[in-house]
Amino acid sequence: MTPVLSLRGISKSFPGVMALSGVQLDLYPGQVTALVGENGAGKSTIVKVLTGIYQPEEGTISVDGTAMRFATPGDAAKAGVTAIHQETVLFDELTVAENIWLGHAPRGAFGLIDRRAMRSKAVELMRSIGADLDPDEVLKDLGIASKHLVAIARALSIDARVVIMDEPTAALSHKEINELYELVETLKAQGKAILFISHKFDEIFRIADRYTVFRDGQFVGEGKIVEVSETALVQMMVGRSVDQIFPKRTHNVGAEVLRVAGYNHPTEFADIAFTLRRGEILGFYGLVGAGRSEVMQALFGITKPSRGACMIDGKAAIIRTTTEAIAQGIVYVPEDRGRQGAVKGMPIFQNVSLPSLAQTSRGGFLRLAEEFKLARDYTSRLDLRAASLDQDVGLLSGGNQQKVVIAKWLATKPRVIILDEPTKGIDIGSKAAVHEFMAELAAQGLAVIMVSSEIPEVLGMSDRVIVMREGRIVAEVSGEQMTPETLVRAAAGIQEAA
Amino acid sequence: MTSPASPSVTRNVPDRLQSSFTRGVRSWEMLLLVVLVLVFSANSFASPYFLNVWNLSDATFNFTEKAMIAFAMAMLIIAGEIDLSVASIIALASTAMGLAMTAGADTPMIVAAGIATGVACGAVNGVFVAGFGLPSIVVTIGTMSLFRGISFIILGDQAYTNYPKSLAFFGQGYVYWVFSFELLLFVLAAIAFYILLHRTSFGRSVYAIGNNATAAQFAGLRVVRIRFILFLLTGLMSGIAAVCLTSRLGSTRPSIATGMELEIVTMVVLGGVNILGGSGRILGVVLAALIMGCVTFGFGLLNVPGIVMSIFLGLLLISVIAIPRLLAHKFKRA
Repeated sequence: MTPVLSLRGISKSFPGVMALSGVQLDLYPGQVTALVGENGAGKSTIVKVLTGIYQPEEGTISVDGTAMRFATPGDAAKAGVTAIHQETVLFDELTVAENIWLGHAPRGAFGLIDRRAMRSKAVELMRSIGADLDPDEVLKDLGIASKHLVAIARALSIDARVVIMDEPTAALSHKEINELYELVETLKAQGKAILFISHKFDEIFRIADRYTVFRDGQFVGEGKIVEVSETALVQMMVGRSVDQIFPKRTHNVGAEVLRVAGYNHPTEFADIAFTLRRGEILGFYGLVGAGRSEVMQALFGITKPSRGACMIDGKAAIIRTTTEAIAQGIVYVPEDRGRQGAVKGMPIFQNVSLPSLAQTSRGGFLRLAEEFKLARDYTSRLDLRAASLDQDVGLLSGGNQQKVVIAKWLATKPRVIILDEPTKGIDIGSKAAVHEFMAELAAQGLAVIMVSSEIPEVLGMSDRVIVMREGRIVAEVSGEQMTPETLVRAAAGIQEAA
Repeated sequence: MTSPASPSVTRNVPDRLQSSFTRGVRSWEMLLLVVLVLVFSANSFASPYFLNVWNLSDATFNFTEKAMIAFAMAMLIIAGEIDLSVASIIALASTAMGLAMTAGADTPMIVAAGIATGVACGAVNGVFVAGFGLPSIVVTIGTMSLFRGISFIILGDQAYTNYPKSLAFFGQGYVYWVFSFELLLFVLAAIAFYILLHRTSFGRSVYAIGNNATAAQFAGLRVVRIRFILFLLTGLMSGIAAVCLTSRLGSTRPSIATGMELEIVTMVVLGGVNILGGSGRILGVVLAALIMGCVTFGFGLLNVPGIVMSIFLGLLLISVIAIPRLLAHKFKRA
């Protein structure tokens, strides 16, 4: 059988990161190909290449054996490639039919939109996927599941031959997931090639015919699902430990600093309980959306847990605002550096002193010399590279911005530092500097929580790892139990192999 | 540290690259100063009556009341908010002064009524914006109608005119020679707001919130409280301006200070405050106030109609803001 769509040697890089290097992918008519890989393996990037949002630097895309170039999303659509995205992009104020046909509505006389044709074709399309919605209903009045069906109908409205489903079941209930499976069967029967991206192994083994594995932007392997076991697939995903050097650490774990018990949130997490000791690095692993950041932000006073208690040094601590968290010695280096971490537009020294203004000022009056001293002390420890401390933080590279954010927190002399994806999107050099520094902090007796989706980082840095899945803690491992397989299995919800 | 990625050599990052002199010369304030000198000289040549201390002293009343509010407005805009209800606060505060007078209050009580009303109006705006998280432009457009509306209900087509003689000092009195009480207030307000914005940690927090409110919250700043205080301050300054204006006019009508909010926002933006928040300085607002005062006075002496004055100020605003950006854009391309 020949593939409808075939990618060969595709490479795509971003400043400091090689997102894809020489990957290949084949999609066959009437078959579901599952694309599996860890967070950051390059799955989302390949979807963007396939839909014409990114242009690869190297490699060929061929449709029915003819090489093509997807310079724009329009080109990809013309070639019959369509995607149903993780976050469905729809318009709440438009009707179902308008959402389906926006941008390529059927035209009538004088090039005006032929609303009658639009409606009837929308109904026809929806019937083909088993949806029974009123084409004139405004989208905001529909539930999530119905919106999803509209998104699927929209994806199919371009007469697609290749359908990409990027984690389509993430937001769906059990019943809706079963309906989606039926839909996938329908599309298969119509001879469409389907690329199915999912972290859930039960799903993959249920509906996929073939698989392709990516790891760290590289192609690892492919084959038929019936010929592979879960264990083999996991091994391909995590591979051998990546050649990355982590600092040697002296494990010098002291007394308990933080104890969290029974943390609950109405929607984000439930039954969170763990302890943290001085000098310890506690890793939090899980898939994107497992609720790790939400737990940390609750600890830091951003989101409020509906129930639960938090003790610092054995005393109950009430944390309702970030101000209170900082006063208790808990600080948080956020994942979204640009929005939550650095104040772009303000100079480095002012960023560093921001949470310490009470210390650097006297009676509410600023003392610039003290601020510069503070900034100099802490940024030099992190080997910050900048033209001057008066430089706008927004002009620094991602890695150096991260150093400023970390310096800002260290200047408050915290007891617990939470780092959320501390090395996401920063260059290798800065990554190593951040790792070294984390080890140094722990050695000095600080308690460190590191949320990370990178297995090598989690394993290389942590004393202990907590794995979260769908808002709950599903595993806590330390010592020899800390293997890539245990983490991936726990995060993906795979039962222990018999 | 042993890895090659982080050499043990401590890198010396200097505190600052440019001296304060260089930064001063290249600043927005320097541009405004040039404009001010040009406007002032042009006026001196255009009319023989311009360079007269008493005339100039009279001319300061063109901007003192607006500028007092503009300082508070500048801080509000730097923090990423705006208050369009300031002129209506003046109307309501002035009406409150009239009510107090009718009830037989003496001058200190009348002044207190005006200022307290201003602060209360600021608190109303603050509760809606900081407390409930509503967009300030919407809230203050609403209170703009609300405050003046209350004033209209109380006064209708009437006016309060019988203010005690001692009240006149606030808007008509002189502290020394040609220097009026209002001019003194303007100078004191400028100094106070300069210190508050540039020399205190409160002022620093205002910049942080204007540049990135989320990150400011993540850094432990009490964003809600700071926003609320800024609205209170703007209300306070509007109340003080209401006392001065009422005293100067000697009367209160519901239409008092109509349209003043836009002149104040113009002053703030001309002063170099980014309308999107995050940057701006009090010195710039002071210079912008002087420029606007000079233009108004100079054109007045030449009997230029008010509408032409508005056109000139509009063009001045657009060109002062647009020209540096266009030039920067051009240089970047070249």
